[in-house]
Amino acid sequence: MAIYLDYNATTPVDPRVLDAMLPYFSGSFGNASSIHSAGQRARAAVDAARESVAALLGAKPSEIVFNSGGTEADNLALLGLIAALPAQSKPHVITTAIEHHAVLNACQALERRGVEVTYIAASPHGIIDPDDIRRALKPSTALISIMHANNEIGTIQPIEEIGRIAAEAGAYFHCDAVQSAGKFPIDVNRLSLDLCSVSAHKIYGPKGVGALYVRSGTPLQPLLFGGHHERDRRPGTENVAGIVGLGKAAELARTHLDKDASRLGALRDSLENALLDSIPQSRVNGDRARRVCNTTNLTFPGAGGEALLIALDLEGVACSTGAACSSGAVEPSHVLTAIGLSDDDARSTLRFSLGRATTPGEIDAAIRTIPRVVERIRSLSPRSPAPKPAEKRAAPVH
Amino acid sequence: MQNTTQIETLHDGAAADDAARRTPVAVAMSGGVDSSTVAAMLHAGGQSIIGLTMQLWNHRRLPQLASDGPAQHRCCSPDDVYDARRVAEHFGFPFYVVNFEREFEQTVIRPFAGDYLAGRTPIPCTLCNNHVKFDRLLVTARQIGAEKIATGHYARVRRNPDTGRYELLRARDDSKDQSYFLFGLTQEQLAHAEFPLGELTKQEVREIARRLAVPVAEKPESQEICFVPSGNYVRFIEGYFAEQNSLLADEPGEIVSTSGEVLGRHNGLRHYTVGQRRGFGFAAGRPVYVVRIDRATNRLIVGEDAELHHTACEVRDVNWIAFETPPAPVHARVRIRHRHEAADATIEALDAHSARVIFHQPQRAITPGQAAVFYSDEKVLGGGWIREREKTQAHQDC
Repeated sequence: MAIYLDYNATTPVDPRVLDAMLPYFSGSFGNASSIHSAGQRARAAVDAARESVAALLGAKPSEIVFNSGGTEADNLALLGLIAALPAQSKPHVITTAIEHHAVLNACQALERRGVEVTYIAASPHGIIDPDDIRRALKPSTALISIMHANNEIGTIQPIEEIGRIAAEAGAYFHCDAVQSAGKFPIDVNRLSLDLCSVSAHKIYGPKGVGALYVRSGTPLQPLLFGGHHERDRRPGTENVAGIVGLGKAAELARTHLDKDASRLGALRDSLENALLDSIPQSRVNGDRARRVCNTTNLTFPGAGGEALLIALDLEGVACSTGAACSSGAVEPSHVLTAIGLSDDDARSTLRFSLGRATTPGEIDAAIRTIPRVVERIRSLSPRSPAPKPAEKRAAPVH
Repeated sequence: MQNTTQIETLHDGAAADDAARRTPVAVAMSGGVDSSTVAAMLHAGGQSIIGLTMQLWNHRRLPQLASDGPAQHRCCSPDDVYDARRVAEHFGFPFYVVNFEREFEQTVIRPFAGDYLAGRTPIPCTLCNNHVKFDRLLVTARQIGAEKIATGHYARVRRNPDTGRYELLRARDDSKDQSYFLFGLTQEQLAHAEFPLGELTKQEVREIARRLAVPVAEKPESQEICFVPSGNYVRFIEGYFAEQNSLLADEPGEIVSTSGEVLGRHNGLRHYTVGQRRGFGFAAGRPVYVVRIDRATNRLIVGEDAELHHTACEVRDVNWIAFETPPAPVHARVRIRHRHEAADATIEALDAHSARVIFHQPQRAITPGQAAVFYSDEKVLGGGWIREREKTQAHQDC
């Protein structure tokens, strides 16, 4: 039996989303930019999807820019905004140390272009203090970029308060809402957002499509050069089927929001409490009160996360140790080290993230499996006193 | 009655075989033809296997060396990981990349660089076998439920029913034999090791790879140390020290003859190894060789070929495989480097971890940092690391 507890990595496409997409591959295959009726059918589908995504965020349809996903949305927000600013001596950007790599590495690219970036530290509970943002402000602060829900530990940042700070300071405000969209309500006006990234495949839509909300009047230079698609902000023939999928997923997310949140919160808590009870020294990372409903991040000291992840996968439980890396190898999570975990503890940590299809039976099975596997890993760990190879010699290090 | 018993025994044996095949064997997969063929052979034989590829070195490090060697032979290059994964996907067995970059740097890279600076010529493959492949990887393999680890080494391991000890034997194919690099394995490590290629020739392995349609059957072999694909160790060490911001304590110094006459200057002892004939920057009028590297005085001592020949050396960190405590003295054929024609010698234990090797005929260029591995016919009795002559306990005829 395979138990999938890695919904923060990606979600299955909802059958209703798939049904909505299918007509746009072969039947209504038109190019949404074409004038003829086949093109118009595609255009109508894209327009409807745009309205649905706008409704999820409390935005106007004209403020939605479709693209290839969360990474592109984050890059367009950061690089596109800074590039569109009037020539200024040295713009300043404020972000945090626990952002997704799409934001962190875009910030590093900005630094190489002469932009000053301040990385705000999170509390040991994984929360950003708005006062830290206020203190980091400079006359040159052009953009503040803070994630809504953290992908690894699930903590929710005080976006509304930071939004007010940004507005008072006259800085643009970007929020990576890839992990929060569909899990709790987002209103770009209440949160004072100028830019907001969402991704389809985290909300039961297809991979390879996402959107950036861009408040009317926010300057933005496109990253790519081409046609006049997406109001000159993202050239390239529209991924019609993908966009339709995102639109349907956004519509379902809105209608499922409350039901999913309370159900998943209860299942997550029962998993978390059972593991904390049955696994000695285990502990939760991140503020348990201010978290998305579906995520728990647990450290099991003395049990290497890499071996744990593999052993659990072989037993049919899919989870994650942190952000996946391109080579497939696991590196210590920057989020966990940023909230003060030692390298060893960061390497002994698992993330379980639940989703729409998670059942109580799966959680029960996970509760039976995980403690047994943690115990095995610990008993065979070189740090545990028991089974150290008897004939081990000193390393010939000089 | 007796028939029944026999049948039951047979059944028991078959059941035990089945159980053994169901207990997974972890295969250390480098992406090369040898380890890929090991995986294919075991898989074809019905053995449950788990493919593991070690990520040992981040290929993004030392970018200045990237142009030194062919990209596909860089250590842990995405290409090699890709090849290993392709093999696993082709046959459909579980496969994971495990990250041992930290361990590899501590137990292989640093001692490697340190040895060169100390005037020794190290064998990183042996360090990796002792401390990473048959230590960390074996721990992970056992943690994820495997009992043994199989590798693509050309060597053989078997349990001696009389002594109960695990014995290491040369490969059947003498031209491919890698037992020299495995002398440091403990009984515990050998008990959990499988070398399925030990009975085969390279040609046979290629044929099996083709017959089983292993995706990398035609991949060329790499001859160099995995993290220095160009073979230019000096450039690697220089690059590594620069990356670490640590001082490369290797200044130019004097080249002197064995009689103490100053003949010229060297540009750092890292450029030299015992037995080397080139790179002195002066014309001696007769063939001159490095006979000794003296880090204490930063002198390179050169002399004639005859002065390279010695009849004894001391070895440290001796590992005995064939016996718990060796008889005194041990007669063996000793290799002082990979591909060295084994020479008759007598080995006298000096203490629990060091020994003196007395060759029956003088040996050329006994090189500190290399291993002396003791053979009796096809059996590896044990081995140790060659000490500098000035550090040996007895100086006579060293």
